[in-house]
Amino acid sequence: MIKQKAILFDVTLCAGCGECYNACKQANNLPETSDDFLKDHLSANTYTVVEEYGDVYARKMCMHCVDPTCVSVCPVGAMEKTELGPVIYDGEKCLGCRYCMQACPHHIPRYEWSKVNPKVTKCIMCYDRVKNGEQTACAEVCPTGATLFGDRDELIKIAQERLASDPDTYYQHIYGLEEAGGTNVLVISPVPFDQLGFAANLPKEALPTYTAKALEKIPGVVAGGGVFLAAMYWLTKRKNQIAAEEKQNKIKSISGDEK
Amino acid sequence: MKQIIPKITFWRVVAVIIIVAGLYSTYLRFTGGLGASTHLSDEFPWGLWIGFDILVGVGLAAGGFTICAITHIFNIEKYKPLARPAILTAFLGYLLVIFGLMYDLGKPYNIWHAIIYWNPRSVMFEVAWCVMLYTTVLFLEFLPIALEKFKMKKLLAFMKKVGIPIMITGVILSTLHQSSLGSLFLIVPQKMYPLWYSSLLPVYFFISAVGAGLTMVIFEAYLSARAFNKGIEADLLSRIGLYSVIVLMLGLVIKLIDFAFTDKFHLLFTINNYTLLFYLEILVGTLVPFGLLIQKRIRENRRWLYASAIMVISGFLLNRLNVSITSITTEAGLTYFPSIYEISVTLMLVTVGMWAFKIIAKNFPVFSTETHFENHNYELEEKVSESKA
Repeated sequence: MIKQKAILFDVTLCAGCGECYNACKQANNLPETSDDFLKDHLSANTYTVVEEYGDVYARKMCMHCVDPTCVSVCPVGAMEKTELGPVIYDGEKCLGCRYCMQACPHHIPRYEWSKVNPKVTKCIMCYDRVKNGEQTACAEVCPTGATLFGDRDELIKIAQERLASDPDTYYQHIYGLEEAGGTNVLVISPVPFDQLGFAANLPKEALPTYTAKALEKIPGVVAGGGVFLAAMYWLTKRKNQIAAEEKQNKIKSISGDEK
Repeated sequence: MKQIIPKITFWRVVAVIIIVAGLYSTYLRFTGGLGASTHLSDEFPWGLWIGFDILVGVGLAAGGFTICAITHIFNIEKYKPLARPAILTAFLGYLLVIFGLMYDLGKPYNIWHAIIYWNPRSVMFEVAWCVMLYTTVLFLEFLPIALEKFKMKKLLAFMKKVGIPIMITGVILSTLHQSSLGSLFLIVPQKMYPLWYSSLLPVYFFISAVGAGLTMVIFEAYLSARAFNKGIEADLLSRIGLYSVIVLMLGLVIKLIDFAFTDKFHLLFTINNYTLLFYLEILVGTLVPFGLLIQKRIRENRRWLYASAIMVISGFLLNRLNVSITSITTEAGLTYFPSIYEISVTLMLVTVGMWAFKIIAKNFPVFSTETHFENHNYELEEKVSESKA
């Protein structure tokens, strides 16, 4: 099996230099959106941001879920979880229903609201580069090693080692190990994750299991409903017929008496 | 002399204003995109056009399958006079839902992709297919009315033969997608205010659609009676009103039991805007109409029945908007209120729907006393008249 690629972001190492932000813009040919990258936010033209929380910095981008909600909800399969890990998007298939945006637990996908032929936009973990064995643009330029690119299981090991070797520095949790079924972007931090604007109330189960529970009832409804309705039709029809016949017999017997 | 220029009346003026405003919004939507015409944003990607045009539109069209099931599958024949108008309401309702979807979809010209690119894990995919198939079913259910008008007896006889399987298919498809519209929200447990989130959302959506769909039949019958100066089936309608509020009450009871099991009762005593809107929804949509229509004297009074129907429909509308808009919380605590362009498109759709109903009802045997999917049994009638003679 192909090993899934992932990104490990270590908040304690991030210097807030913005190299990842610039590299992302360049790699994806995105126009400038802000004079101060620390004040920018995710948008149709910005796939990753660096946010300032007191004296620490946190990156935000698509988390590339292991079982992505966006992939499961898209009616036409425009979102795809690749074998390598990145979640990619095909704008040619897309209808523009924006269910992926509504459903994403991490509030990531953005929309080209001002366009007449709009696309959903988000980080695709530099899929073209990753496919060719390269690392993502953001990981490549990171001067402090805060953003690491590699195999998911190896990055998990690195994260666990860091947490264990320096328990005073790190808040003892790897964000993305289990959140909504896990993600291919892992984050470790000195403070709890809700303080850095990460969705903290996520269940451990992947969210698509919630709708799967409803969808798996469909065959039963179709089969059961079909049998039930056909039976009811036949029974009630028969009942009406018998009632009509009885009525006629009564009329006959009455008119027979008259004769 | 035939009158060519229609008389200017208050409602006609209102309708013209709404249509003109709607057309202007249409222009904005398709030249400037969703950004220019709506208050939607990355934080609030779904708004009025999903909440009203789709969720309310489909829900209120549920009268079509409910009445069909009562009259043609459960063979409770006395309700047959209600079947045709209900089918027409549903058919127009679904056409408008699809029409409305063209505004909301970012790439409406790709709508047919749902036919070729499949994703069976998606609730939206299932809804798309059910709506496509059920609209076809509604067309077939409406077809006999058109065939009668054009006196195409052979086709009519054929339609009569396939009528029951078509209607059974229609009821199953409706059950599936009415509930699935609720399932759409199952996947956002952490984004919805818990008063509205429940794993039973599909059940609530189905039950409330059946209840509100039935009152829609009452509403539509009263409007028709006014527009066409015709009588109404007062006895049938008051019974439909009673069944409707019983169904809705059942839905509320299930909801309260669910609250007990999921420990949500304390939310009812937390006073905030959510709670107030929730109370408004169940009071207007269920409790007050139930209290009224459960009394025979009141439900047999036309005005009260009509008023109750309007209450149920308003409560239903509020419920769908609450689920799809009010309950959605965003990180930044942003709120959404539709733009005047969104509102005007929605109003235009409603106006077009009512106008189309009127035109079709005027020109096709929609209120015919002949029962749907059944030809006159000429043989029997002859026999009856012979025996009388």
